Amino acid sequence: MNRLIDHTRQLSPPRWTVLPRAVWPLLAGVVVALIAYYLVGPNISGFSSKLMLIAGTNIILAVSLTVVNGFTGQFSMGHAGFMAVGGYISATITYYGSIKLLGTAEFAGGALSWTGSGAHAGPFIGKGDLIFVASCIMGGLGSAAAGYIVGLPSLRLRGDYLAIVTLGFGEIVRVLLQGTPDQVQPWKASQAVDTPWYELLIKLGGPKGFNLLPTYTTLFWVYLFVVLTLIVCYRLKTSSSGRAFLSIREDEVAAQAMGVDVTKYKVRAFVIASFFAGLAGGLYAMDIGAINAGDLGFQKSFDFIIMVVLGGMGSISGATLAAIILTLLPEVLRDLPPVWPAGLVLLGIMAVVQAVRKHWHVKSLVGVGIGTIVLEGARQFCLSQGINIADFRLILYALLLIVMMIARPQGLFGIREVWELFGRKKKAVGSGQ
Amino acid sequence: MTQFLQTLFDGVTVGCLYALIALGYTMVYGILKFINFAHSDVFALGVWLSITIASWLGIGATGQPTPAWYMGLLVLMGAMVICGLVGFTIERVAYKPLRKAPRLNVLITAIGVSLLLQNLGQQKFTFGPYPKSFPTLMESSSLFSVSGVQVRLSDVAVIGTAVVLMAALQYLIYHTKLGSAMRAVSFNTRNASLMGINVDRVISFTFIVGTMLAAAAGFLYGLKYEGQAKQTADSMWVMLGLKAFVAAVVGGIGNVRGAVLGGLLIGLIEFFGVAYLSSQYRDAYVFAILILVLLLKPEGVLGKATVEKV
Repeated sequence: MNRLIDHTRQLSPPRWTVLPRAVWPLLAGVVVALIAYYLVGPNISGFSSKLMLIAGTNIILAVSLTVVNGFTGQFSMGHAGFMAVGGYISATITYYGSIKLLGTAEFAGGALSWTGSGAHAGPFIGKGDLIFVASCIMGGLGSAAAGYIVGLPSLRLRGDYLAIVTLGFGEIVRVLLQGTPDQVQPWKASQAVDTPWYELLIKLGGPKGFNLLPTYTTLFWVYLFVVLTLIVCYRLKTSSSGRAFLSIREDEVAAQAMGVDVTKYKVRAFVIASFFAGLAGGLYAMDIGAINAGDLGFQKSFDFIIMVVLGGMGSISGATLAAIILTLLPEVLRDLPPVWPAGLVLLGIMAVVQAVRKHWHVKSLVGVGIGTIVLEGARQFCLSQGINIADFRLILYALLLIVMMIARPQGLFGIREVWELFGRKKKAVGSGQ
Repeated sequence: MTQFLQTLFDGVTVGCLYALIALGYTMVYGILKFINFAHSDVFALGVWLSITIASWLGIGATGQPTPAWYMGLLVLMGAMVICGLVGFTIERVAYKPLRKAPRLNVLITAIGVSLLLQNLGQQKFTFGPYPKSFPTLMESSSLFSVSGVQVRLSDVAVIGTAVVLMAALQYLIYHTKLGSAMRAVSFNTRNASLMGINVDRVISFTFIVGTMLAAAAGFLYGLKYEGQAKQTADSMWVMLGLKAFVAAVVGGIGNVRGAVLGGLLIGLIEFFGVAYLSSQYRDAYVFAILILVLLLKPEGVLGKATVEKV
């Protein structure tokens, strides 16, 4: 027995690596975030950096939804509802917290949160930043609590019924938030200082939305949390919890028979996913300086579901890529650039992947080729006839979605991660077949 | 008392509309086991097609007298036929290639179709990007009143048409050969096809019937709310469709009689909630009932509980 314990000790990694292994995601996040904020941000246009911010929050939302819809195979249609819960909690804490603690709802952040023009004169990290980060995490925790409550019905419900309950949850959250009284306007902040906090907490703006929030969200904060989310979710996928999630997705009854506590893991998936959704809600609110429950209905949830399905069910890199593509696509379609370079690049990548895996699939190559020619032809036709493509971009978006689902139902990467595509038909993490 | 009766009457009228839309959801779910999110847009299409056909027929132009009764019927028929064709096309082009794909994919495709219909509908060459008002097809003055409840001709037309259509559907499903084929496919698709039923044809037919009912609901909606028909991408259509879907679930999804019952139930709950509690939380009542029903009796009021076999 003792020998067995000794043997296990030898197998486990040395003690001194515990701290580095725990901390490196945070360090990686800070490094990526600093690069995004100091190197990328100043060198692209304001519009591009705004798109990068939106893409970042969408990545967090899509990847967190992957935990429920992709890993665990449950179907949540209320992700925007969790986003709304977290967003409103962190907006409340930031706005009224700033008023209570600092006396004003004005921006009080440091250089890392500075979105205005010119160099920032204040400290590196201001008091406002601390309130903001704390509020985002509180928003995540509040949303996780909501996720626990919503996850509980999944004891009884499965499949579509669970989807409908989450949809109902999202809509109820929306209606309740829209029924709240008007917010205390910033110019009345001095009166609000003396108001008890429990009276402030319900004044969330109602149908007009919660506006004039201080904008703290910068590329730094968004990409810090993006990297953390990605690493946490990838580690989750390869952990014992993750294997339990995947087993539930593949076959719930078999998982139960193998001793997986199905209920516990389903609820756990919901809690984790809603935590990150709430966090992203906070980033979203303090990015545009306003949050309106009316924008966060089920149609917003559909956006995230589309990202997850397009990326491949359970592929973190796929969801990330899909989030980026779907954020940029409506903007790209606004002024459609030539299609053929993208088509050629796609063909090249597909050819390389198929050559490496020694598994030729000529039909897909021909399909992409014909698709590129047709699209480019249509574009040339529109240009020659003077038809404005931007008018039809939402139609194109819908068509692309339908064609994509029919042509590649498993999403971009299926259940694999992008780097697993290049292995020679190696089994993917969690591949059921 | 008057308020109670008035609320009851309004609830039943709108409940009939919900029931008509819910039938489409429930029939598609019964056979293909997926939520057809494009259904609410077919409903919106029904409203807008009615407006367009009416203007082709010259109804609603200024200075025109109220048109003869059969003109309304003509508009209704036209909208139903065109919507049926649209439903057939959608099923053949978008859903049929995905018959063997995971259901989530079909769902996303449905969302894609829904986006497509919404955005196609408000192009300049279709219905245009602005709200329009529904042409007056009937006298809007009240027909008679029962203990203070004003009964308008349009309300009678709504309830009457809905009841006729539901009765026709009831006959179709339970008393015709095609209806029994539909029930067989819904019960077990594979065995039905082994018994020589052309499953694809039955599914197409189900879509046609469902979309025709949605078109009829759209026409009746326009008749009841003559004011402004919002553009097709407005979220009000999806919200109405979603409530009808809730009705289908509450009644027991896949069950035709359940959809009718659920529609009436949701209409009544919504109107009594608005009249006696608060109009602010109008949508919340519907979804609260949904969650309550799903937690207490997940298969719905009239649905049968299914036992999952390994």
